[in-house]
Amino acid sequence: MANMALNKVPMPEQDPKVRARNFKEVTLGYTEEMAIEEAKRCLNCKNKPCVTGCPVSVRIPEFIAKVAEGDFEGAYEIITSTNALPAVCGRVCPQENQCEGKCVRGIKGEPVAIGRLERFVADYMMDKAAAAVKPEPNGHKVAVVGAGPSGLTCAGDLAKLGYQVTIFEAFHTAGGVLMYGIPEFRLPKAIVQKEITKLKNLGVEIMQDMVIGKVLSVDEIMDMGYEAVFIGSGAGLPRFMGIEGESLIGVCSANEYLTRINLMKGYLDDYATPVIKSKSVAVVGGGNVAMDAARSALRMGAEHVYIIYRRSEAEMPARKEEVHHAKEEGVEFLNLNNPVRILADENGRVCAMECIKMELGEPDESGRRSPVPVEGSNYNLDVDTVIMSIGTSPNPLIRTTTHGLDANKRGCLIVNEDMLTTKEGVYAGGDAVTGAATVILAMGAGKTAAKSIDEYIKSK
Amino acid sequence: MFKIVHKRVLNPAVVLMDIEAPFIAKKAKAGQFIIFRIDEKGERVPLTIAGYDREKGTITIIFQIVGATTEQLATLNEGDALLDVAGPLGIPTHIDESAKNVCVIGGGVGCAIAYPQAKELFERGLEVDVITGFRSKDIVILEDEFKKTSSNLIVCTDDGSYGKKGFVTDALKELIDAGNKYDAVIAIGPVPMMKFVCAVTKPYGIKTIVSLNPIMIDGTGMCGGCRVTVGGQIKYACVDGPDFDGHEVDFDELMKRNSTYREQEHECRMLKSAEKA
Repeated sequence: MANMALNKVPMPEQDPKVRARNFKEVTLGYTEEMAIEEAKRCLNCKNKPCVTGCPVSVRIPEFIAKVAEGDFEGAYEIITSTNALPAVCGRVCPQENQCEGKCVRGIKGEPVAIGRLERFVADYMMDKAAAAVKPEPNGHKVAVVGAGPSGLTCAGDLAKLGYQVTIFEAFHTAGGVLMYGIPEFRLPKAIVQKEITKLKNLGVEIMQDMVIGKVLSVDEIMDMGYEAVFIGSGAGLPRFMGIEGESLIGVCSANEYLTRINLMKGYLDDYATPVIKSKSVAVVGGGNVAMDAARSALRMGAEHVYIIYRRSEAEMPARKEEVHHAKEEGVEFLNLNNPVRILADENGRVCAMECIKMELGEPDESGRRSPVPVEGSNYNLDVDTVIMSIGTSPNPLIRTTTHGLDANKRGCLIVNEDMLTTKEGVYAGGDAVTGAATVILAMGAGKTAAKSIDEYIKSK
Repeated sequence: MFKIVHKRVLNPAVVLMDIEAPFIAKKAKAGQFIIFRIDEKGERVPLTIAGYDREKGTITIIFQIVGATTEQLATLNEGDALLDVAGPLGIPTHIDESAKNVCVIGGGVGCAIAYPQAKELFERGLEVDVITGFRSKDIVILEDEFKKTSSNLIVCTDDGSYGKKGFVTDALKELIDAGNKYDAVIAIGPVPMMKFVCAVTKPYGIKTIVSLNPIMIDGTGMCGGCRVTVGGQIKYACVDGPDFDGHEVDFDELMKRNSTYREQEHECRMLKSAEKA
């Protein structure tokens, strides 16, 4: 008998006042009972609209049916047959625009909590799942550049097919944005590392500190006997607004702020990397990265944290849950506001940001109503730190050092529907192709590329 | 892990190390840098490559003890290893094929970076005048090395305790006024020194290349922490540099930005010395 409750079984979470001052995970996950109760809300629709919303085609109703039966191991097998990083996706996917956005239960009431169930299954099995058996090697070598979501997914899928896969990672730690960008309180790093260990158990080799384009070129990698290369180098190059005062002390990109805190663990006393100490912080932007930076600033001890976003909340690209959590924790939202310039004290440190109020005008090319400044509405916001979170562009290191690899004018690598670039044997996916997007879209691209690489090598 | 195969103390505050890093040694060129991390809890620190041996697979770093991390690095010995070394990062120094005469200027530990530049250009057959500057005699480094790789070496000390008394800028001005024609000047050292060298060369219209040392985390163009204003535009020292046309660089802004974490660096050193005590 289906559970016809209109709302999702709530997920326990830390009290907002408490969690706003610590880096522990915000949401605590379902218990077995909660998971089974929520799983029973699934109607097991014949046409499975949820699956069409999933970039890696997780067989959602099937795994949920197993959860409802209490067969969590069976559920895990179904999920991991198409998704290499379920504990990550269950936490950071924008489910409201994907699987849950298509759920029939969402028409009247809340959709089934697919993300929470995926997370539950992955967490439940995290230490229970038997170590994957290393597949029989097929004698072919493939290289992957970048150990982020697309690279890890591509590597995992190829390893399962018997390929000998080497991932070249520029940083000292594998995981890409999962390690340097998304904070501990939203995606615990131990979980990311456990998922990566599973890939290593499949035989994937990861070489850290290898900045491809500098230490080795893509052509040199091919000369080393790799028959194909997948490029998943991400979109790391931060943008600034080009306004006055952006080089002052106390202005940084969200990438810098988050990298210091997450990758370098600057929030822990015994790690050497310094993090700027702020009383009052303005985060410019309305995406997930902006929410991460704002919520991190609170946890670093800031008294006031503002989100400065030039459109209204309806246009905000961040996940709804992140906006909701940020508000609960005390982040102050100044929507329909835009920075004009940043002001300094006599020592060159930020002391205020001049903002202007905005209103929504006609829809622009993105389909969203474009923000227009309200003449004469300028005012100064007292802040000592400004974090720019207005997007990133693809990293140029590989594109500028690889002959025959074409990019568009925004610096994104050009690929066909098989994720093949303009260079034979070289595939690409994730943010390096799309510009800044989501973890799950990058994973979907890694998956498609793995399939194409397999077909390419087999047909040679 | 990246093993330290050779260590030499150049002066009480400056240490040279040869480190096993075969991939980097194969590719490194003068002007490029590495990012290292000593251990799991360490910070990522950029250091310009002072030399390399492609056959042995080693790179040379020369560093000054200025903060907690370099203090810790200096305690390591031959046989110890660094957890991470990534590189070679940045764009190699570019001197036009047509250049015949250059002047290479090193200030303090900046000589460590000036040295491979002088060596490469001297081996290319250029006339290389070298000016090095130090506070006093007891911290002069790399004199023998520079002698072998320059047409003319002038060592200056601020207090006159060794070589010529005065700043590198005085020596440079004298050389220029004596009729030496330089196709380029390469200046590497403390930011104020590079700023003043540029002030000397500008009226003569001599192309002046400086190597910048801003705060940096990843070194691959990802954090934007190393942004500097060059010719009125934002440039990332890690991917667009670290070399820039010195006449275009906003040195005052760079000096300010480099002081961002000064208080915390101080606290960090205090903490480390407290741990030791």
